[in-house]
Parts: sequence; C-alpha cells; structure tokens
Amino acid sequence: MDQRAPNLLDEALGLVDEEKTKPWPLSSRVVLVEDRVETSGAFVLHHLLKRALSPHSSNDVVVFLAFSQPFSHYDRVLRKLGCNLTAQRENNRFFFLDLLVSEFPDGDEGNRDGLVALYGKIEKLVSTSFQENKKCITIVIDDFSLMEVAANGATNYVLDFLRYCHALTSTFGCSLVVLNHEDIYSSIERPALILQMEYLADILIKAEPLATGLATDVHGQGVLFCESRWCN
Amino acid sequence: MAESICRALRDGALQGEHAPALTIKDSIASPFGFHVFTHLLTQLSSNILAAKSQSRGLVLVAFSRSPSFYLDLLNRKDIDVASSQKWIEILDCYTDPLGWKDALLASGNGGSLSNEASTGASLCRNVKDMDKLYSSIIELGKGIVGQGKVRFCVAIDSVNEILRHASISSVAGLLSNLRSNDRVSSIFWLSHSDLHEDRVTAVLEYMSSMVASIEPLNQSANGHRCNWESLPLLEHNYWKGKFHVRFKRRNGRVRVMSEEFHVEQSAINFRSISSEDEIVNRSLLPKVQFNLQLSEKEQIDRAKVVLPFEHQGTGKPIQIYDGRRSLTDGKSEAEPVSIGILQTNENSSKGEIIYLRDSDDERPDSDEDPDDDLDI
Repeated sequence: MDQRAPNLLDEALGLVDEEKTKPWPLSSRVVLVEDRVETSGAFVLHHLLKRALSPHSSNDVVVFLAFSQPFSHYDRVLRKLGCNLTAQRENNRFFFLDLLVSEFPDGDEGNRDGLVALYGKIEKLVSTSFQENKKCITIVIDDFSLMEVAANGATNYVLDFLRYCHALTSTFGCSLVVLNHEDIYSSIERPALILQMEYLADILIKAEPLATGLATDVHGQGVLFCESRWCN
Repeated sequence: MAESICRALRDGALQGEHAPALTIKDSIASPFGFHVFTHLLTQLSSNILAAKSQSRGLVLVAFSRSPSFYLDLLNRKDIDVASSQKWIEILDCYTDPLGWKDALLASGNGGSLSNEASTGASLCRNVKDMDKLYSSIIELGKGIVGQGKVRFCVAIDSVNEILRHASISSVAGLLSNLRSNDRVSSIFWLSHSDLHEDRVTAVLEYMSSMVASIEPLNQSANGHRCNWESLPLLEHNYWKGKFHVRFKRRNGRVRVMSEEFHVEQSAINFRSISSEDEIVNRSLLPKVQFNLQLSEKEQIDRAKVVLPFEHQGTGKPIQIYDGRRSLTDGKSEAEPVSIGILQTNENSSKGEIIYLRDSDDERPDSDEDPDDDLDI
C-alpha cells in the first residue's frame, strides 16, 4: 500500500501535493487540534509530523515542544508510520524540546521568565533554520493544558507565549500546531481560554466521539473548520 | 447599514463634541468581526486618500495581526500605502507587546533583529501602560496631520488583547480620552464579546455611539459551533450571518438597523434582508410525517379565535391592577362565569373556545391574584 496515499485529512488541509510544487500549505497558519478524553487527537499531530518530515521535503523543520510524552513514545509511533525521528533529529530537521518534567522558577515572575526563556529557545531555533534556507518550519505544542500546568496555572502568561509564537508565524512564515483538550475547559468559568485559542486558529480540527457511543473499529470522528484565506 | 457606519466614520466629529465611536462585536458562533473591521478600514482609508473624509490620517493600533499584514491587505485593495503624503501610521502592539524580545537580547539568550523595522511601524513594547499607549497614538496621529486643527481617525483591531493586560476601567479611560481628544475624528474597535464578562461588553457599548453586532443566521440551542445532525446546514450557513447596527443619535434617539452579510474569499458583502431567505429557511425545516405549517385558511381561522378573558375593546375602560385596589372593588364588575359558553357570537365563521367545568364541586378560580389585564 502506498504510504503516501492521501486521506481526507490531507485533502482538507491541502497537503496533497505529490510533486511538491507548491509551498507547505500550512505555512504562516495556526492549527488548533481539540480533543477529548474519549477521543484523543494525538493522531493528528503524528500525521502532521509524518507529512512535515517526509523524505520529499528536505527543507522542512519541526520544533516539537513535548509536555506530554517522552521522545521514545513519538519515535515508536512515527516508526510505525514509516518515519525515523532519531535520524531526523540527528539531521537537524527535528528539534525535540523535552519539557516533561519542566518546572519554571517559583512565583509569578518565575513563571513569566520561564516562558520567556522557552520562547527565546524556540525563536533561536526558528531563526537559525530560516537563515539556513529551511523555510518550512512547524512548531508543535503537545499539549497546551500541560504547558499551563508547567507554568503553575499562569494562564495569561501562557496566552502571551502563544501570541509571541503567533508572531513567529508572521515573521518567519512558520506554522503553529497546538493540541488542547476541549473538555477541560468546558466549565462555564473558563471558556475564555479555549475561545482565545479558537479565535487565534486559522484551522480548527476537532476530534470527537461518535454520537452513538464507543465502537471497536471507529474511534471517533473529526471535523475541520477552516477560516477563509487572507491571501490569494 | 455598513454604508451608514462608513459615512458616520468618514464624516467624523462635530465641533465641541466627542468623536463617533464604533464597537464591532462578534462571537465564536460567527467570528467575522475581523472581516468587518478590515472592510471598514479599507473604506475609511479610501475616503481619506480621496480627501472625502473629515480626517486626513489614520492611526491603526495592531494587536492581532502584524503591520505587514495590514499593509499587504491595503495594497491588495489598491490603496496606496506608500503615498508621498503620509496618511497612515501603524502602532505595532503585535510583534513585541511585552518587551520579551528586548529582555532576551539583554540576557544574551537569542532574540533576532525584528523584521518589522522595514515596514516603518512604530513598535510598542509595553501594552500594559495605558498612558503611554494613549500618548503614542496621539503622537503618531499628530505626526501625520501636523500640529494644526486637522483630525485623524483611530482603529484598534483588538480591545480584548488590551483587556488581557489592563483593567476595564483603565481601558475605558483610554477609549474615553481618545474620543474626547479634539484631534480625533472617529474611532472604531473590535471586541469578541464571549471572551469577557457581560459587564465588560456593556461598558464598551456604553462608550460607543454605534454598535455593530455580528450574529449567525441560526442560533443553535447550546451555542456550540458544531452540531453533528446539522453539519450540511452548518456548512451552508456558516459564512453568512446577520449584521445589526445600533446608532445613538445626538438627539437621544436610538436607531436599529439590520442587514445580512456573506463572507466569500476573505471579502465580506452586505445586503438587506430579503424575504427569499425566509422561504429558504422554511424549506430547511426537517421533513417529518406530520405537517408543521399552517395553511392559509388555518392561519385566518386562528387569527379569528377570540381568546377567553381577553379584552375585546367593548368600550369598558381597561384597568391594570396595580396592587393598591382592594378586592371588594371587583364586585361591581361582571361576575365570573363558571359554567357554560363564555362568548356567543352570531357570526358562525368566528372560532370559539367553549369551557365547561367538570363539576360544580370544582373550586372556583382563585381570585387572590386577579389578572386585571384580562376581562374577567
């Protein structure tokens, strides 16, 4: 079976381009993946990783902020999809920032400084890659709610961080992919955070369980909301 | 209505009065407020360039998009941003609003030179300081129009971002100071109403002489954007919506107008609400085995039904019970009919409601709370 056979997700995101004549379609765009406990959206991240690091595109770079799983997990998953993350990391195409046990310094200022430092690292990686003529850069955050935990619940600073990453998409033309859990924020007191992200996103991919309940073969369904393009 | 707003922003302020202020309000169910914002921005820019507006310049305070985005947008609309006569200034609150880049450079931990310097936008590195923000805007405006009496407009692309960093009272102070500055011709801003408490939205609306609300065509019951059963309908209607505008006149009158909008290929088009859409919406009713509609005859018959206890305008004065009259006064009026037909009519074409009590033992209706708006 052709591993590069496009599926509906690829078509919807505009990733179907065998000849690679067009630039990376997610360039300068923000993709928000929302999932729930019943249906994980991690498969979307894995799929986008695989597409971004395909052998046909040597100009693509991925900066991965991992709050959720260690490197070995993603390596294992992507190997099954036919992508060698270890090799890509050695080739400076895949930058893995292990933030699993990351703890920012204490206090309000500490949270902010921790996020500023993290932003600095990402900005340096992106600008260096850009200067090396690697123009298709993807920043992936897995996941946003754990980033909030790492920042000791400093939501406003985390939103500031996201805004600064958004500015990178405009300056360097990179794409930003964020995974967030919709059901954590479903309480009335805090809908604003998930809404902030939805307003920021150009593409919203929701992974939801089937209305009919659990099934063995079909784990859920995905809906893709794509805002109208601002460019031609 | 969009045209009316454009005219109001173009005509600007009268001598001695505050500048007209517009709030563009949307929500996630119909997140097209930014399309309306850019539409008004381009219209106002055209008017300024053509010398058709009171203002001779525009200060754009950019929080949610980069300055280069706006310059590209105006260029695509054939609006000359590189004109010899400078007419637009952009206050860049997007690239480094909190001075993080500066902090990184100072600590030697990276931070590249900003690419935004080439666009000529003025960088704001501390959006929390409302006084500094105000003076930056006024300074930029005076830089365009000079020190005389010529005015300039102000556009703020996201009040929500300011509200993340400052209290509503200080933001209200900023907007009020801008409105009352005699160099400001008109001002407009975008606010996503679901990102803040209702009182914040209310404050912004109180400060505005015009409020433009963007709403979806069909409000879903639970407010969620995604409803699986109506996904085809959702796709059909998502790019359309209703555009309501409330104008506060100087004479105190409030005028509300509505039209529809349709977003296509990043452009927004407005049109008045037509009856065709009523028919279209009707046809989108679910197909069930029973009839949900009324035929014409049924509508006429329903209109003719005389409701019991409803005042028929028979000449008696209609009095509303205000809680002060004693119940004994009610005895002088007609006694309530307990059995039988309430209203008879010679005309057999009128509908009737016939009420028969089950038995005489049934307790009479309580008259502790008489409904004086009814004819009992």
